[in-house]
Amino acid sequence: MESVIERIERGSFWQFHGGIHPPEQKFLTCTKPIASAQIPEQLIIPIRQHIGQAGNLVVKVGDKVLKGQILSACDSPMSVPIHAPTSGTITAIQSMAIPHPSGLSEACIILTPDGEDTWKQRHICPDFHLLSKIQIIEKIANAGISGMGGAGFPTQVKVSTLAKIDYLIINAAECEPYITADDLLLQEHSPTILDGIKIIDHLLSPKNILIGIEENKTEATDALKKATADIDHIKICVIPTKYPSGGEKQLIKILTGQEVPSGVLPSSLGMVMQNVATCFAIADAVINDTPLIKRVVTISGQALEKPQNVWALIGTPVGFLTRQCGYNNSKNRHLIMGGPMMGFSLPHDQIPVIKTTNCILAPSEIEIASPFSSTSSKEVECIRCGQCADVCPAQLLPQELQWSAKAKDQAQLAKLNLFDCIECGACAYVCPSQIPLVHYYRVAKAEIRQQKLLDIKAEKAKVRFEARKQRLEREKVARAEKHKKAAEARKARMNTDTSAAKSEKSAVADALARVKAKKAQASIKQNTAENDSEDATTTTTTTSAAESSNTSTVDITVESVAAVDDGKSQVANAIARAKAKKLAQKNQAQIDSLDTLQNNESPSSLTSSQAAPVVIDRKAKVAVAVAKAKEKKRQASAANSPSSQVDIIDTATKALKPNAVNLDSVSDDKATQAIDKKAKVAAAMVKAKAQAKMKASLGTETSFNNLEKSTTNLESNIDLGATSECDVPAQVKNVEAAKTKKTQGEPQTVSNIDTKNLDRKTKIAAAIAKAKAKKLAASSDKSPTSE
Amino acid sequence: MAFWIASSPHNHQKNETSSLMRLVVYATIPGIFAQWYFFGWGNLIHISLAVAAAIIAEFTVLALRNKKITPQLFDGSAILTAVLLGISLPALAPWWISVIGSLFAIALVKQLYGGLGHNPFNPAMAAYVMLLISFPLQMTQWQPPLSLLAMDIQLSDTLAVIFSGYTPQGYSVEQIRTHIDGFTMATPLDTVKTNMTLGLTVVESMQAPTIGKHFGVGWEWINAGFLLGGLFLLGKEAIPWSTPVSFLLSLFICSFIAFMISPDSNASTMFHWFTGATMLGAFFIITDPVSGATSVKGRLVFGALAGLLVFLIRKFGGYPDAVAFAVLLCNMAAPLIDQYTRPRTYGHDLEVKK
Amino acid sequence: MSTVIAILVLGVIAALFGALLGFASVQFKVQGDPLAEQLDALLPQTQCGQCGYPGCKPYAQAVANGEAINKCAPGGEDTIKKIADLMGVEVQPLDENHEADNSPKVAFIIEEDCIGCTKCIQACPVDAIIGTTKQMHTIITDECTGCDLCVAPCPVDCIEMIPVATTTQNWQWDLNSIPVVQIN
Repeated sequence: MESVIERIERGSFWQFHGGIHPPEQKFLTCTKPIASAQIPEQLIIPIRQHIGQAGNLVVKVGDKVLKGQILSACDSPMSVPIHAPTSGTITAIQSMAIPHPSGLSEACIILTPDGEDTWKQRHICPDFHLLSKIQIIEKIANAGISGMGGAGFPTQVKVSTLAKIDYLIINAAECEPYITADDLLLQEHSPTILDGIKIIDHLLSPKNILIGIEENKTEATDALKKATADIDHIKICVIPTKYPSGGEKQLIKILTGQEVPSGVLPSSLGMVMQNVATCFAIADAVINDTPLIKRVVTISGQALEKPQNVWALIGTPVGFLTRQCGYNNSKNRHLIMGGPMMGFSLPHDQIPVIKTTNCILAPSEIEIASPFSSTSSKEVECIRCGQCADVCPAQLLPQELQWSAKAKDQAQLAKLNLFDCIECGACAYVCPSQIPLVHYYRVAKAEIRQQKLLDIKAEKAKVRFEARKQRLEREKVARAEKHKKAAEARKARMNTDTSAAKSEKSAVADALARVKAKKAQASIKQNTAENDSEDATTTTTTTSAAESSNTSTVDITVESVAAVDDGKSQVANAIARAKAKKLAQKNQAQIDSLDTLQNNESPSSLTSSQAAPVVIDRKAKVAVAVAKAKEKKRQASAANSPSSQVDIIDTATKALKPNAVNLDSVSDDKATQAIDKKAKVAAAMVKAKAQAKMKASLGTETSFNNLEKSTTNLESNIDLGATSECDVPAQVKNVEAAKTKKTQGEPQTVSNIDTKNLDRKTKIAAAIAKAKAKKLAASSDKSPTSE
Repeated sequence: MAFWIASSPHNHQKNETSSLMRLVVYATIPGIFAQWYFFGWGNLIHISLAVAAAIIAEFTVLALRNKKITPQLFDGSAILTAVLLGISLPALAPWWISVIGSLFAIALVKQLYGGLGHNPFNPAMAAYVMLLISFPLQMTQWQPPLSLLAMDIQLSDTLAVIFSGYTPQGYSVEQIRTHIDGFTMATPLDTVKTNMTLGLTVVESMQAPTIGKHFGVGWEWINAGFLLGGLFLLGKEAIPWSTPVSFLLSLFICSFIAFMISPDSNASTMFHWFTGATMLGAFFIITDPVSGATSVKGRLVFGALAGLLVFLIRKFGGYPDAVAFAVLLCNMAAPLIDQYTRPRTYGHDLEVKK
Repeated sequence: MSTVIAILVLGVIAALFGALLGFASVQFKVQGDPLAEQLDALLPQTQCGQCGYPGCKPYAQAVANGEAINKCAPGGEDTIKKIADLMGVEVQPLDENHEADNSPKVAFIIEEDCIGCTKCIQACPVDAIIGTTKQMHTIITDECTGCDLCVAPCPVDCIEMIPVATTTQNWQWDLNSIPVVQIN
């Protein structure tokens, strides 16, 4: 333990494996003072700028906000709030391209500054010792500070760790070429940074504070030394310049000789690392009550006329900053956010600066002629030269990783510790074959993560599938049990010699008879025609046995369909009218008349004028559903419809069509229309039925087929009621009765029974229509040439 | 114009595989010069023949495999293979030896395994071994140094011998190889080996005219030339230091131990270093990254194994020189060596700290 | 006599080794996964039934019994390759009857169109649809395997299969898909 400090005092450090010395290019900006950028016309503030969840928005479009006002609240420890970088109006909250290698969009707040830059009320606290630790941590959390070195880890989590801390390491290494943001910050604001360090010191009380700084930053080192001269336990460690010594794990190795075990946070070793910019932000937040709304960004690269460091507001579009530094868009075309080693290309220059943005690089084409761009890949085969392994700071075997990544051998990648790769890019930098190694690792990592998610999902799906199977099994058993019990109860009842039992017995006998009849009918059907269509059966039945069988089927259907019979009449009644309503939906008056109609027609229903809109909604829904079902059916039949049709049916259909048109066009008197429609439907049904009977009596197979076809056509053209009638000839009498009544022009006198009948029919119709549609679709798939 | 998208890192060290290969080819120049000085035009002719054949073979196979031809044809690897093969062939071997060897090296050893970066064996050495086994007569007709020849052979003579088997004056290779005193001359290693079987001691063998004052007329200078080239490559960091160092050290130690045990039946360490293909092997053959081990530790093991094998084969094997065989055997062992010399990843298998 | 001895010796040796083998087979019995289990682990568990079996496990069992390995549409080429590796057979292209598109999707119910028929609930193999009779249904996106089975039963066609959107979380570093702004 003591030897670490002794070594540091002696000025000798440990070394991490590998590392490279890319051209530093820091001279471009390191001697120029930090300029303050102007306020742009528009600020784009991504809601999530750190690792973790996004906060909840507390503002809405149109709100006027003051500088420093909170925009999103944090409710979980891993979320970080964002603040208004200046005063202005929130003009939009929308998905915008965020600074991410993918160039994808995420929710952003668009703030239009008012130019006045009015601060919110601030509470300056000159001496942080007056605050409790909890208060300080709260201040840090509320200031929205996340690690400003690049990863964006929420700072309040780091500074509130409960682990015993031996070393607080301040990362001022800034090893990446070009970037001088931390360097300049140290040169100009060492005292403030020191305040920040003191605050963290106060919070964590580490035994030692080590400031790691690369030896190429002499001015910053001097400034630091001056600031910390009288503080004993702060050691300034001037380390050799080597990329990537600024990596967290690498800096820990250099300063303490310890390695952070894989998959563990440094705090488990008693170490916490903070970036200098974060220290500055902490001091600003605690002492000046200033949230993190601006940061130093290095704008560099030889494509700029005056590269420099600027204080940029969070949310400033990159293009605004580069223009300020003399960047000519039309001449150059590569913008990198971050350094040349680990930064990412930007798809355009309207990407905003966020809390982790430390550099905008605008290189000239001579400077960085990227061999990795999609258009000019110079990648050649790996010759196993091993230079990548020599420079890898994580001591991985990049070339083997690369082969496994290309082969998608995820087991081998895991064995080669792919996830210990820090993506520093040293391997790709030295590769003589110009293989974009890091890109392969990133893709492989993303794939492995995805695969893990998929595996979890598959496992969950499997469990749920099994659970469902068990549930179905249980339900089956329960049902069987119930039926058994019911059967036993019935048997017991029948054995008792009561009238009820007798009636039940007769009912059973009836049912048996029906079943028999059905069987007989089925055999007849097989004899007369090979066609197995149920439509045919229903339309061609002439025997009373068949009739009765049909009735029974229909009854059963009615029962099943009308399982929920609460307000069923109303719904059913509504179907036809709702359809009409749909045709003339624009007119509110029509809807009103519809209501009246409904009230008139079914006085027994619970509809009231207050409940009307709801009912209409429901009706409309049902109507839409029915319409959809019909559409489905129509498509199916259209696919199936032959060119030749029986003439009579054709004419009948034609006769119906104008009626339908008429139906559509006449929208003044809804009541009359609805009744008209019903009447027409009934007429059509009668026609269809008559034709069907006629055709059936012919008994030939061809006519049989024609009939079926025509029935289908009829169905597709005439209204729902007609369909139901065609299918359910047993009920035709009822319909005829209804028709007579309605044509007499007495809508108010329609009896409840009739209404009910109509309901039932419509319901059955709906059910059957659906069934038919499906069947037709199926049969059309199977035999497109049924004709 | 558009913004372009690239994956980081965006800047790159400006070295390329092809320039690396070129550098290695340039580094052979001192050795080749020594060869030319002491043995005449033979090897230069073979080098040019091999290079031509290699380029044709590479072109054909690349075309057949539907690969991009220009970048791969001129990445230098085929040329380097051909140069190394040409250097290692006997100077007066017939022309088809180098052509067949070159074709074999490129088409079979390299491209059949998937091209550059995928061949498990060093193409030049695999071709050399194939030739040695298939054409033992032609492959052992080593030309003595020019200074020991009974006749003067010029470029035209060499050309004639290589292409027709006879000089314009009608001398065969066998006749050229014959010393003024009437015995056939061989390489120093050959001489020692043969004499050993005849019951002569090493010291007595050293009296042979082919050996001359030191370790073999010409051969010592050729090896010195390759050593120079190798040091140049090391200086340029084109080849890793670990393999040649461990190879030479291993050979030195083995021969030193043997020499200590029995000076009569074992050649000196420097004899081993400066005869045969030792230096060529050390700096140009076993440093071939494709067929070698990759980690530093692995390379040390690889080099040491090669050194041991060279010594063993020279001492106990049937062939006088051993670099080719040793390299092939080590190539086979390379994946295994790699497997067992993986470096410890940062943050893994840390010793338990007290 | 010598013949007898020879027979005896051989007999004893045979008995010994037989006993040894028998012992080993009992003692060192490998309790490895049966093939079907291993195959089941490779399948994507969408339970879509496109292979013609009611779920992934039945198909795994069928493959173990010699069914074709190329019927898993959601798994696609990758799964076929893995199964081929495990079974030691040749990789086959995906069965022609199946769609080649196995990009991840989730079902989405257009809720205003839903009539509450519960048909999709009955079809869902992983119970990922919530709803009851005459009530609007909705899909638990996290549980949906994208198997497609709910689409066909819907009488009003209100279920759509929506491709899973790419976010910064699941982005696969496909640099070529980044929309690059053209200037001038």
